[in-house]
Amino acid sequence: MTDADLRSRASAHVVAIEMRDVHKWFGRFHVLRGIDLTVNRGERIVVCGPSGSGKSTLIRCINRLETHQRGTIVVDGRELTDDTKRTDEIRRDVGMVFQHFNLFPHLTVLENCTLSPIWTLGKSQKAATETAMHFLERVRIPEQAHKYPLQLSGGQQQRVAIARALCMSPKIMLFDEPTSALDPEMVKEVLDTMVSLAKDGMTMICVTHEMGFAREVADRVAFIDNGEFVEINNPEEFFAHPRHDRTKLFLSQILR
Amino acid sequence: MPPPQRTFVRSEFSPALPPPLNVAGPFAWVRANLFNSVLSSILTLLSIAFILWITPGLVRWLLIDAVWSAPDGDACRAPGAGACWAYVRAKITFFTYGAYPRDALWRVDLTLVMGAGLAMWLLWPDWPRKGIAAVLFFAIYPVVAFILLHGMGDGSRAVVNAAANAFNSDVLRDVARNSLPIIGTHLWGGIFVSLLVATVGIVVSLPMGVLLALGRQSRAPFIRFFCIVLIEVVRGVPLITVLFMANTMLPLFVPDAWTPDRLMRPLIGVALFASVYMAEVVRGGLQAVPRGQHEGAMALGLSQSKMMRLIVMPQALTIVIPGIVNSFIALFKDTTLVAIVGVFDFLRAIDTQRLDPAWNGPTISTTGYAFAAMFYFVFCFAMSRYSLMMERRLAHGRKR
Repeated sequence: MTDADLRSRASAHVVAIEMRDVHKWFGRFHVLRGIDLTVNRGERIVVCGPSGSGKSTLIRCINRLETHQRGTIVVDGRELTDDTKRTDEIRRDVGMVFQHFNLFPHLTVLENCTLSPIWTLGKSQKAATETAMHFLERVRIPEQAHKYPLQLSGGQQQRVAIARALCMSPKIMLFDEPTSALDPEMVKEVLDTMVSLAKDGMTMICVTHEMGFAREVADRVAFIDNGEFVEINNPEEFFAHPRHDRTKLFLSQILR
Repeated sequence: MPPPQRTFVRSEFSPALPPPLNVAGPFAWVRANLFNSVLSSILTLLSIAFILWITPGLVRWLLIDAVWSAPDGDACRAPGAGACWAYVRAKITFFTYGAYPRDALWRVDLTLVMGAGLAMWLLWPDWPRKGIAAVLFFAIYPVVAFILLHGMGDGSRAVVNAAANAFNSDVLRDVARNSLPIIGTHLWGGIFVSLLVATVGIVVSLPMGVLLALGRQSRAPFIRFFCIVLIEVVRGVPLITVLFMANTMLPLFVPDAWTPDRLMRPLIGVALFASVYMAEVVRGGLQAVPRGQHEGAMALGLSQSKMMRLIVMPQALTIVIPGIVNSFIALFKDTTLVAIVGVFDFLRAIDTQRLDPAWNGPTISTTGYAFAAMFYFVFCFAMSRYSLMMERRLAHGRKR
C-alpha cells in the first residue's frame, strides 16, 4: 500500500467501524455497558479513561481478542460473530499495536514482519520482504531488520510492531496504550511514527494518555469511565470545555 | 625566567607490568574459586582427598592391571587381575548383535550407519536441506530399516518382482528370489536392539507428545477427555506394568494373525509411555509462552493452527529443551526394562554372557557391567551436551 492510497481512503465518508449497544462481562463484572460508536474511514479517535474503565477491552473487542456478549460490532461491513474464519479475515484488515509489543522473540525483525503476509495473504517471500523493508524504512529502522526483537530498545520494538501491523495493509489500526511500557525518552519516536501514520489518513483508534498526541491528530477524543462513554468531542472542545464532571476530574489528574 | 630544564617526557609507553599474582593467573583463580571461604576450603580439601582415594584404584583396575587380550578366561582369573577387556573383545559381536545370524551382520551395520548419518544430518544445525533429511529419516528410513533388518516378506518380494518384470531385469529377479531372507526378531539382540527401542521411543514420543499436549488443551471435549485419560492412566502406571500389559494383554484383544511381533509389543509400550511423559513436558512449555504471543499472532489474522505451529510451539519447545532431553535420557536408560518381557537388549546380552564357563571368573561380571555403564554414559552425556549447545543457539536475544 502506498501513502497515496492511504490518503485517498481518508477522503471518502465510509463507515469503518460501527458498534451498537455493546455489552461485555468478565464473570459478573460488567466491563462494557452499552457502547455506541461509529468510526468513519480516515477518522482518528483517541480513547482515554481511568484504569479499569474498559478502554482496552473496548478496542480489543474490535478485532475480537475479547468477545462481546450483547450488541453488534460491524468492522468494514462485516459483523463480528463466532465464525472464526471471518474473524481471521477481519483481523487481517485490522492492525493492532500492543502495550507490550508482543513481537515474536524467536523470529528476526524481518521475519516478524513477513510471517503473516506469507502465511495468511499468500505473498511470496520476495514480495513480503520488499513490503516489510518499505515499512521498516518508514518507521526508520531498516538497519535492524536482521536482529532479534529482544536486541532492540523498547521504542525500536514498538516501531517494529507498528511496521509489522502495516505489512498486512490494514484498513484500520488499533493502538492499545502503545507508549505506556516505554522509557520516557522513547515515547517521542513512537508517537512521531503514529503522527505520520495519522497524517497519511489511516483510520486509527488509540487508547492512550498522551494528550499532546490527542490534541495534534485526533478528530475526536472519547472519555470512557465505568464501561460507558461519558463524553466524546473534538479535541479543542474536549480539552478546553469538558462538559462532564468526571471528565474534568480525570483531566485535572493527568494534566499538570 | 628560564624554562624549567629538568622536565622529563617519555617518548614511548613503558611496557605494561603483569598483573600482581593475587588478582590474576592460576594462583589467584585457585584462591578465588577453591579457597574463598572456610567452608569452601574444607570442601575443596575433602574433594581432593576423595579423588586421591578413588582414582588410583580405579585406574589400576581399569587400565594398568587390566587384561587387554587373552584367548580365554585364564589370564583374567589370575589373582590381582583387573578388568577383563579381553572378554569384552571376545564377546563384542554378541553384545552388539545378539544372536543375529553372523553372515547377515552387514544388514545391521548398514541400518545403523544410515540411521546415524541421517540423524547427524537432522541434528547438526548448519547442515542444509533439513526438509529432505526429515522425509528420509521419518518416512523412508523406517521402511528401509525394517526390510533390511527383518528381511523381505511376501509383500516386498512381490513389489521387487513386479519391478523386475517391468524392467525385465534378471538382477532384480534374483534379488526378489534370494536376497534378504527373513530373520525373526527372536534372534535380534544387543546394542542394536537397545538403539532400536530407544530410537523408536524418541522418534515417536516427540510428535505424539506434541499432539497429546495440544489435545489436552483442545476445546473439543471428547478429544480433551481422551488425551487426559490416556496421559493420566499411562503415566500413573510403572513402565514394567505397561510392558507386561503390552506383552500379555494385546494378544488377548486382537486376533492371532494380527498379534504384533514379540519385539513390536514392547516397542509400542515404550513409545506410548515416552509419549505421555513428553506430552506433559510440552504442556509445560505451552503454558510458559506468554498470552501476548497468542494475541500478537491472532491480531495478525493467523488461524489457530498456524498460530500454534509458527509462533507458540517453536517457543514452547525451545523453552523445554532441557525437559525434552531429560525425558530422552530417561527413556534411553529405561529401554533396559524391555529385557523383562524377553527382549534381548544390550544389558541382557551382557547379563547372559557373564556365566560363559570359558570366561567365568571374579572380574567378568564387573567388567561387563562397567562396559555397559560406559556405553550408556557416553550416549546420555552426548545427548546432554547436544541439548546444551542447542539451548545456547536458540537463546536469541534472551541476553542483549
